[in-house]
Amino acid sequence: MPTSPIVEMKDISISFPGVKALDRVNFRLFPGEVHALMGENGAGKSTLIKALTGVYTIDEGTVIVSGRSRRLGGTADAQAAGISTVYQEVNLCTNLSIGENVMLGYEVRGPFGINWAATHRRASQMLQKVGLGALNPRLPLSSLSIALQQLVAISRATVTDSKVLILDEPTSSLDANEVEDLFRVIRALRDEGVAILFVSHFLDQIYEISDRLTVLRNGVFQGEFMTTEIEQSELISTMVGKEVGALDSLERASARRDVDRGTPVYEARGISRKGSLEPTDATFHAGEVLGIAGLLGSGRTELARLVYGADKLESGTVRLRGAEANISSPSQALEARIAYASENRRDEGIIRDLSVRENLILAVQAERGWARPLPAQEKTALVEKYMTALNVRPADPDRPIRNLSGGNQQKVLLGRWLATQPEVLILDEPTRGIDVGAKTEIMEQVIALAEDGVAIVFISSELDEVVRLSDRIMVMKDRRKLAELVVDETVTSDSIITTIADESAPEQPGSTQTAGTGAGS
Amino acid sequence: MNTAITTPPAAPTASRVTRLREQLALRADSLPTLAALLIFALMLLYGEFSYGRIFQLSTLSNLLINNAHLVIIAVGLTFVIISGGIDLSVGAIIALSSVSGVMLANAGWNAGLVMLVMVLIGSGIGLASGILVQYFDVQPFIATLAMMFLGRGLASMLSTVPVRLDESSGILALGTKIKIIDGPKVNDLVITPGVLIAVAVVIIAFVILHRTRTGRTVYAIGGSEQSAALMGLSVARTKLFIYLASGTLAGIAAVVYTARLGSAQNITGIGWELDAIAAAVIGGTLLTGGFGYVLGSVVGALVLGLMNVLITRDGGIPPEATTIITGAILLVFVLLQRAVISRQRE
Repeated sequence: MPTSPIVEMKDISISFPGVKALDRVNFRLFPGEVHALMGENGAGKSTLIKALTGVYTIDEGTVIVSGRSRRLGGTADAQAAGISTVYQEVNLCTNLSIGENVMLGYEVRGPFGINWAATHRRASQMLQKVGLGALNPRLPLSSLSIALQQLVAISRATVTDSKVLILDEPTSSLDANEVEDLFRVIRALRDEGVAILFVSHFLDQIYEISDRLTVLRNGVFQGEFMTTEIEQSELISTMVGKEVGALDSLERASARRDVDRGTPVYEARGISRKGSLEPTDATFHAGEVLGIAGLLGSGRTELARLVYGADKLESGTVRLRGAEANISSPSQALEARIAYASENRRDEGIIRDLSVRENLILAVQAERGWARPLPAQEKTALVEKYMTALNVRPADPDRPIRNLSGGNQQKVLLGRWLATQPEVLILDEPTRGIDVGAKTEIMEQVIALAEDGVAIVFISSELDEVVRLSDRIMVMKDRRKLAELVVDETVTSDSIITTIADESAPEQPGSTQTAGTGAGS
Repeated sequence: MNTAITTPPAAPTASRVTRLREQLALRADSLPTLAALLIFALMLLYGEFSYGRIFQLSTLSNLLINNAHLVIIAVGLTFVIISGGIDLSVGAIIALSSVSGVMLANAGWNAGLVMLVMVLIGSGIGLASGILVQYFDVQPFIATLAMMFLGRGLASMLSTVPVRLDESSGILALGTKIKIIDGPKVNDLVITPGVLIAVAVVIIAFVILHRTRTGRTVYAIGGSEQSAALMGLSVARTKLFIYLASGTLAGIAAVVYTARLGSAQNITGIGWELDAIAAAVIGGTLLTGGFGYVLGSVVGALVLGLMNVLITRDGGIPPEATTIITGAILLVFVLLQRAVISRQRE
């Protein structure tokens, strides 16, 4: 079908101190196709995208856009060449209105400067294209959930009439309906002749939406395939370069251990907070993985934040190991050996500029108080132990954590909480946006921890993961608990979806535009 | 902008509640500015009832004339603070600019040329701050602190004693009082060209911030500099512009202030940068960046000015206590802002 590629990258190499991020990579993108860029974390996908958007300068190789060789010196250059990008972590300004975020830099101007009425009208038209036409573009962006902000970011990319649209993990914070909406938008753009570069870790989505795919591994080009011509298993083995089936081997690894459901480690009765959680009961048992299944905005993160003391309880009682307790701050939670790894890795997890070592010992140090620094020897031992146990790559504790891939950042965060030796560990979306390999490693760790007697609370929107890992599953919806299921053969991701869907039969879940609690879901 | 805060009776229907909430969300970020206006009005009323002669053309004229320079630098600081930065150098710029201006004028330079040089001194220092911040990645606090020491030091090298402007100097023309309304006795509505300059500065700044892409980029940078860059906005150019503008406005403030006073000294303007920051904060500009209004800063500057008037009128309050009251007002406003922000989060 395609005549000549709109983007052609030849023999691209980029090095960072100590790492060759891209090694003579070839990539081409045709008009009117959805092209998936595949690879594990650290394979070089983000680096390639940043080379194409002018964020990184390339060491070697040529970039040809619309038949002309280009040196892209920044986002503005890329936009001028017709390349727009929507990044995984929504890069918008929450202090401005929805419409302004769509139109920033492209406002409609009249004789008296920016014409706001016309600008907002045009913003509405753009939002219409992504199915958000009903939104009031004058509302602040912060009033939208992260999922809707993502769609706003995509509609912004359409303002420039781009010939190339790069979507870096656009679906990682969307629920199933929103993904469908997004795909409709993507198909419409593709049919208009836009070339779309799509990155996602969800293989099903790749097969659903993409026409062609390019696979990278460790910064090296592995091949270009038509999506219809490559089997999923072949694709995965090209990506990971090791035997697949690690995920399958986990399948029964949780093997329905016998959990002693005696006195729970943590027991909450009717805990609630206005606007985030209806009165809810929750019990966590030692050695048990409790999965929380629910869509964005179902109250799963809100529950976790209440348990951890990040938000204050408005009602309800909490018992720890049978004794009445009051947890109203994260430090009290840590003292009670409850740890919480936030879903918002960038803002509430890693400290970007600190090294891996410092990020890892942060929670332990916080627990000791700043007046009693951790002895150097203990520090080294601790860091070494968890970096090895979690297989953090590169194995250099002095590297700033921002230089690590998402999966490895997540491992460091997991290590941070493990180092506090928690008895209750809440993991909120620990596998979001990370590759299959790292996912498997993290899930193996979770199982190992449960076997050691830690009570795990595992929150994920990937129901398959929840079902695979959990001994018990709490299904949540609309800020309350729908059901609690002890996992046996009858519980599958489909049966959970049925549970959630049946409940909602009468009312249509309209767009949840006032959900923006800042905490995301 | 000047819509009164009316709270319709809480409607029982859900739709009206949501609409009200939507309205509130639309206006939430201007709430501190409206509050500043309200406090200003209350202060005027309090002054009128307690001391009298506040709602008088002469009192209000003097308030504007005596605070024109503060309004000008507060406008500059508003740009900087909205972008998430800070500029500590403005007070020192005024000292350096006015001392050199007076000396040049007394040396026989043409008044127009002198005033141009005074403004350009501000531009130069502002540009230097901007370059340090943007290209050498220096924290705005440190970069402008360095410029503050530099400016203050240069001013002291020029002269450590007050220098008087020759009575014949053309610069003084900017300080001449022009009667607009000739009221009974001395109760006249009076303005100076300095006040007009301040008004022009406010209008131009308002248009830039709200009606140009550069202005919106200032807000975007304050919201998230990284996002602004990834959106393809010209972050580097805008940040240079911001510090250049703040420095230039400090230079203009120096001209206005010198014209009114007719003299200059190396210790002029100590702490004015903090007054200007206070004015911006009282006017509803968030120190974390991203939110703020020029008009709010004007109100903030006038609140500070009016406070001084009231303290003088009272007579019982020692002038030394002025800063304590300023601090208290500032605190009230910051607490108010926090309340607004936490409400927005919910």
